[in-house]
Amino acid sequence: MNSFALALRMLRREWRGGELRVLAAALVIAVASVTSVGFFADRVGRALKQQANTLLGADLVVVSDHPLDAAVEREAMRRGLKTAHTLSFPSMVLHGERAQLAEIKAVSRSYPLRGELRTAPSVRASGAIPKSGTAWLDERLFGQMGAGQGAVMAVGNSHLAVSAVLTQEPDRVGVMFNIAPRLLMNLDDIPATGLIQEGSRASWRLLVAGDAGRVESFRAWAAPRLKRGERLESVSDARPEIRAALTRAERFLGLAALVSIVLAAVTVVMATRRFMARHLDNCAVLRCLGARQRLISRLYLYQFLLLGLAASLVGCVFGYAGQMVLAQRLGSLISAELPLPSMLPVLQGVLTGMVTLLGFSLPFLRQLKDVPALRVLRREIGTPRRFGLLAFAVGLTAIAGLVMWQSGDAKLGGYVLAGLCAAILVAALLALLLIRALTGIRHQAAASWRYGLANIARRAGSSVAQVTAFSLGMLVLLLLTVVRGDLMHSWQSTLPAAAPNRFMINIQPDQLQSLRNFFRSNHVAPPGLYPMVRGRLLAINGKPVAASDYPDERAQRLVEREFNLSWSDRLPEGNRLVAGSWWSGDEPSAARLSVEEGIAKTLGIKLGDNLSYGVGGAVFSARVANLRKVDWDSFRVNFFVIASPGLLEKFPVSYITSFYLPAGREPLLDDMVKAFPNLTVIDVAAVMEEVRSIMERVAGAVEFVFLFSWLMGFTVLYAAIAATRDERIYESAILRTLGASRKQLLLALFAEFAGIGLLAGLVAALGAGGTGYVLSTKILALPYTFNFWLLPVSMLAGAAAIGAAGVAGCYSVLNQPPLQTIRDYG
Amino acid sequence: MQAVALTKQVMSEGAPLLILDRLEFSVSPGESVAVLGASGSGKSTLLGLLAGLDVPSSGKVFINGVDLFALDEDGRAALRGRLVGFVFQSFQLLPALTALENVMLPLELAGAAHARTEAAAELKRVGLTQRLSHYPRQLSGGEQQRVAIARAFAAKPRLLLADEPTGNLDSVTGARIIDLLFRLNEESSTTLILVTHDDHLAQRCQRRLHLDHGVLAPE
Repeated sequence: MNSFALALRMLRREWRGGELRVLAAALVIAVASVTSVGFFADRVGRALKQQANTLLGADLVVVSDHPLDAAVEREAMRRGLKTAHTLSFPSMVLHGERAQLAEIKAVSRSYPLRGELRTAPSVRASGAIPKSGTAWLDERLFGQMGAGQGAVMAVGNSHLAVSAVLTQEPDRVGVMFNIAPRLLMNLDDIPATGLIQEGSRASWRLLVAGDAGRVESFRAWAAPRLKRGERLESVSDARPEIRAALTRAERFLGLAALVSIVLAAVTVVMATRRFMARHLDNCAVLRCLGARQRLISRLYLYQFLLLGLAASLVGCVFGYAGQMVLAQRLGSLISAELPLPSMLPVLQGVLTGMVTLLGFSLPFLRQLKDVPALRVLRREIGTPRRFGLLAFAVGLTAIAGLVMWQSGDAKLGGYVLAGLCAAILVAALLALLLIRALTGIRHQAAASWRYGLANIARRAGSSVAQVTAFSLGMLVLLLLTVVRGDLMHSWQSTLPAAAPNRFMINIQPDQLQSLRNFFRSNHVAPPGLYPMVRGRLLAINGKPVAASDYPDERAQRLVEREFNLSWSDRLPEGNRLVAGSWWSGDEPSAARLSVEEGIAKTLGIKLGDNLSYGVGGAVFSARVANLRKVDWDSFRVNFFVIASPGLLEKFPVSYITSFYLPAGREPLLDDMVKAFPNLTVIDVAAVMEEVRSIMERVAGAVEFVFLFSWLMGFTVLYAAIAATRDERIYESAILRTLGASRKQLLLALFAEFAGIGLLAGLVAALGAGGTGYVLSTKILALPYTFNFWLLPVSMLAGAAAIGAAGVAGCYSVLNQPPLQTIRDYG
Repeated sequence: MQAVALTKQVMSEGAPLLILDRLEFSVSPGESVAVLGASGSGKSTLLGLLAGLDVPSSGKVFINGVDLFALDEDGRAALRGRLVGFVFQSFQLLPALTALENVMLPLELAGAAHARTEAAAELKRVGLTQRLSHYPRQLSGGEQQRVAIARAFAAKPRLLLADEPTGNLDSVTGARIIDLLFRLNEESSTTLILVTHDDHLAQRCQRRLHLDHGVLAPE
């Protein structure tokens, strides 16, 4: 006999009964949550894979923080490879009265080797790259400068005519990592600008492309010859910063999506338990009618398989829609165009859905086949066994496995699992305590409320599950909205009102006096100007340092790049000595260094160590005389390493400053840049605004994923309502016969669910407040003020939403005529 | 159908309690037999054993010459599906299924090709053509029992076991159900064993067995 076809028919009939719908809804939401992240990650992954060489603009790039030795390019050409150069650095751009910080990129003739530059059709470009004497502006800069075609931009000492609006640049992906808009110019025009001098902070890139074998052999040649500050980027490791950021984002979103899976498992347990209880009699009848145990097992297994498959597929459809939201919020941070996703996440979604459904329903379904047929005559026999957590070993292991897989490393996975368990445990405990406390106060309440509140306590287990589910969802939403805003606010309020809001770099020694005069003549107090020399840490106590010596990523970066070194005869304002002593004027010849405490710890530098730095071709050494603590929030100019006077003056130096520009004085900057075209002014507010907008979008994406967990809270609620439905119908009928009005019954129902919402809101607010406190005092070192609005807002929102949903879920109960109810269920 | 030294003993509060004591009787094909007795006389236990829903402490039951308890649980289920139909006091209809689907169920379990038409025909025989797509809760008690009777006859059983079929019905409805049960029994020449404490109902059977404290009393 075809038990599969029979199962399909039975499933159709069960579906009509409505009992399986909450199960299906839970799966749809869980799978939608997982696949929305999955589809999005897949698109990004494909973008990175398919467009890897486009993202690079080449097959291989040699990146350097200084001009590359010409021998490298000669070698590439000797091997028959095509080459191109780019040079990028930030600089001020001037048009008429307006000055704006821009990311300048100068490119050589053959650029780009892979991919293409695109320009807006309105201002059509001639030629593949800007001709000498012209510049292409991206849309943002074009708009900000109010430029038209042919407008003249001052870049350093040069003047360039705008000849196109740049819309796409292959190797510029992700606005996340670009603070300033783009100006593209011809590499041949760079010397005339006078912007690039020895020690200038810029990125030189040699692009290489050609036959794969030749590229590989060039790579093999170049790799061992790389000098400090030089590295190779190839197709496989293109844009490591984007990859790292995206991997982190995917992991985080993936883990966030798993919260839905955990809640789905709760729903599955609640709904299947009821399903089993209601089907015990059915199974006994089936056994009576001649069904074998194996057939019964199969019928229910097939039904659940079919249900799981269908719900998972529907979930995938919603997930597909959901990924568009994620792509819209995060996509522009990565790339203008993402390819369509593959169907691989469907597999992931279906697998997740099936594991969740079967892992948590099979222990119940297994009991159905064991129902003795005799139950048709004697209902008291064949009541299901109770079983503990162990029965769900398969499901729990599967969820733990999913967490491990999503986190991508065992340690993080372990932390997340432990954190999740702890959060659930704490929320559940808190819920239990509150439910107990409710018992104490309900005697003061009016009859309907008393009855409703009594129900919460009576069904303590299911109430705890509901409160926990809702509070976790609300907790995250509160953290992302209220608490995040509070933390931002409390950080901003710690900043002094006149904190510097502009940084100015690239000041040349011969400009110091005229710059001070410029400030004075414009009635702005001239700020302190600090010398800056760029040097690379070579050795600690004579032992050479290499990035590979450090396991820490940040330490590796610090070793790789050049430090900004400064000198001073006194301890800078806002700095505090934590070890050693500051040098005094009576020992001017002694070479001493002062190192910031944090970086000393990261790099393993101790008081008294002898550090060797390379500046240009020269090397100097000095002893660490003290360690400093720096208040970075002050927005003053600060240095990791300060030397005693007399040590650095012989090296090429530029100056840096920060100052407070009152609102309304912005035109002063335009004048300043006109007078000193080589200066680069960085608007702190604009940078912070950019960072804030990125945070906003990321938070938006996280909120979106947690929206699924919030929705999932409702399936837990409905599963709980369904589980108590018969009981409720019967009790309402009894209450009706005792003379309770419809209004009183409604009020009692509302009291019960609003009570659950109130408790969930309370737990969520306490959790969000606690997390905010830990974040702010332990991690961000900010004074924390508990937002007292958090409690009432969270509790009222919870009570209203869950109260309304609960009443809606039970509404039909009230419409049953009491007599019929008592006859049916009595 | 033949019962041989059928005994059922259970442990009650630590002491053995004899519910059925070496019962011996047989029922011929097409015969209708009522088992009468007061509450607690062991009627339901006997019915459960005859259907193979329960196992005896000792003794045997033969149905159509097959030793029921030589089979395993699944074997007995298969035999029930093939040969035995049931009518219960509490109807035992599946609430999620319509009247038609409830009647289809045993046919579907047996893998019948035309379950729907056969089930509809059975429902027509019990006069419920107008109620095919109703759910049990939308039907009156009498109608529900008629659906249950249709279901019992749908698989064309050789033996029909009925447990207080009128127990949950008022007397008028009960009488109609009894008429229906006996009419269909006659039409299908099924063997009928009926457990009841209703003398009036028992009178309509060809033979009556009285069960008293686990022992069959002579008529």
